[in-house]
Amino acid sequence: MNLLTGPLKQAGAFFAMALDVLRALPKRPFQTKEFIQQCWFIASVTIVPTALVSIPFGAVIALQLGTLTRQLGAQSFTGAASVLAVVREASPIVTALLIAGAGGSAICADLGSRKIREELDAMEVLGISPIQRLVVPRVLAAMLVAVLLNGLVSVVGVAGGYFFNVVIQGGTPGAYLASFTALAQLADLWTSEIKALLFGAVAALVASYKGLTAGGGPKGVGDAVNQSVVITFMFLFVINFVVSAIYFQVVPQKV
Amino acid sequence: MGVAIDVQGLTKSFGSQQIWNDVTLTLPPGEISVMLGPSGTGKSVFLKTLVGLLKPDKGSIIINGDDLVTLKEADLYEVRKLFGVLFQDGALFGSMSLYDNVAFPLREHTKKSESDIRNIVLEKMDLVGLSGAEDKLPGEISGGMRKRAGLARALVLDPEILLIDEPDSGLDPVRTSYINQLFIDLNAQIDATFLIVTHDINTARTVPDNIGLLYHRHLAMFGPREMLLSSEEPVVRQFLNAQTIGPIGMSEEKDADELAAESGQELPPLPPIPLQLGTSDGTPRRAEKAPGEWCRENGVTPPPGSFESGNAGVPGVNQSRDEAATR
Ligand SMILES: Nc1ncnc2c1ncn2[C@@H]1O[C@H](COP(=O)(O)OP(=O)(O)OP(=O)(O)O)[C@@H](O)[C@H]1O
Ligand SMILES: [Mg+2]
Repeated sequence: MNLLTGPLKQAGAFFAMALDVLRALPKRPFQTKEFIQQCWFIASVTIVPTALVSIPFGAVIALQLGTLTRQLGAQSFTGAASVLAVVREASPIVTALLIAGAGGSAICADLGSRKIREELDAMEVLGISPIQRLVVPRVLAAMLVAVLLNGLVSVVGVAGGYFFNVVIQGGTPGAYLASFTALAQLADLWTSEIKALLFGAVAALVASYKGLTAGGGPKGVGDAVNQSVVITFMFLFVINFVVSAIYFQVVPQKV
Repeated sequence: MGVAIDVQGLTKSFGSQQIWNDVTLTLPPGEISVMLGPSGTGKSVFLKTLVGLLKPDKGSIIINGDDLVTLKEADLYEVRKLFGVLFQDGALFGSMSLYDNVAFPLREHTKKSESDIRNIVLEKMDLVGLSGAEDKLPGEISGGMRKRAGLARALVLDPEILLIDEPDSGLDPVRTSYINQLFIDLNAQIDATFLIVTHDINTARTVPDNIGLLYHRHLAMFGPREMLLSSEEPVVRQFLNAQTIGPIGMSEEKDADELAAESGQELPPLPPIPLQLGTSDGTPRRAEKAPGEWCRENGVTPPPGSFESGNAGVPGVNQSRDEAATR
């Protein structure tokens, strides 16, 4: 394939599939069982690593901000700044990495191996759309789990920051807690959750696309998983930037 | 009652690799057709194109007046309900037991109660000789068993068109004979249109009403069984008689040197045409023709000894017709 048309074709096919998923959303019967199984599955592969990643993440942010605020002479805002950093940026990014790395790769490997075993062909021949049957529940499950995970990361991150600042760096608990709402507002939490929702959707869509188009035997599935993780990461960081930019335009900041 | 599949000028390539070109044939309704061809000539690709899983580059596939090639996705799913397909590797759902696999189409497309479903599933499992293996997962059984389970799944909705990719690879000779008998009996029962891809020369010679041969990126010949079995066309003759002499080499085509070396050799005479396999209870199938009818109508003299037995010198074919012939 041509160097230019190759990626364009892929992108076109990806968006066509995303559109198919959108169209299949309202189709009945909704695959409730598959949805619950997938929620459970994605949660089970992501929760522990997420918790383990978010503690040091919260701590490192607290460390950086603790030092920075002291240098600027704004110690009283340490709590405020670390809440903002964790909720606005750190937690959606951690969620994104785990949803893509752990959840997405599992979805891609699962669909890819079904593809090469001709299970998906068989399903289509039996008059059942793999998009409606398999992809829709996975996308919804990834979105739900991403939102919940994001909440988890926020809590664990803020708690980690508090622990690090107060217990290790010797900050004052009262000042840390009191400054929480000085800068942060509810819109931050909403934005954070919207980001997570988008990340979950994109991670599952890319993973499903790569899985459904896997070819060339077991090696093809391996390649597809690898590509799906890399592509998802690139997408997610771009989306993160775009959503943040929109956020600052739309939501008035506290001064 | 089966439906006809009318294929016109079908062409398919993957990238720059052309698989076959300008394939035109009509699968007559309710008849059994067999597709033959050397490994890798695109028989499986042909089957997948017939159900609309792969889009051909050119041509049309008309079923009940609909052209599968241009049909919208939603309508395609409707047309597919006419089909039962057995994929080359069975294509069972790996996460479901054999029972659930076979029950799957019933649960999806019918409102039958679980006890009705159970009866149908057990009947079909018994038909393919898998009674007792209902709870096994596809990963736990042999390739031949997977194939038979796939066949059971293809049969549960009483399809009007059955596409079967190599039912006999991975099956032992006895099971192959049983499966062949099963096809004949099924055809008599449900009158579906069958297309069977096979490498088994015995199956090809005794089971079908029609034979097709894919070779060297085109359809070399398609027509009634007796036409191909009495054909002197080098490719057809070589393939149907499993010989090394002829245009087909180890890697598809022989080169000019190899062909020149063979030019002096005399071809062995065409073996006699065997009788077609009959139903196990002796009732004729709707599509069945009298032995030798095509040869008589077309003024072809069949090879000596034709239509005298059901095995024509090759073992492993149902004997019921032989007795009928000797009586
Ligand atoms: N999805 C695909 N993408 C690219 N090439 C393919 C694809 N499917 C099949 N091919 C190619 O098409 C050719 C025909 O394959 P096919 O599986 O139809 O052969 P076959 O006649 O069924 O052979 P066999 O008798 O061994 O099963 C092969 O050369 C194969 O590499
Ligand atoms: Mg094949």
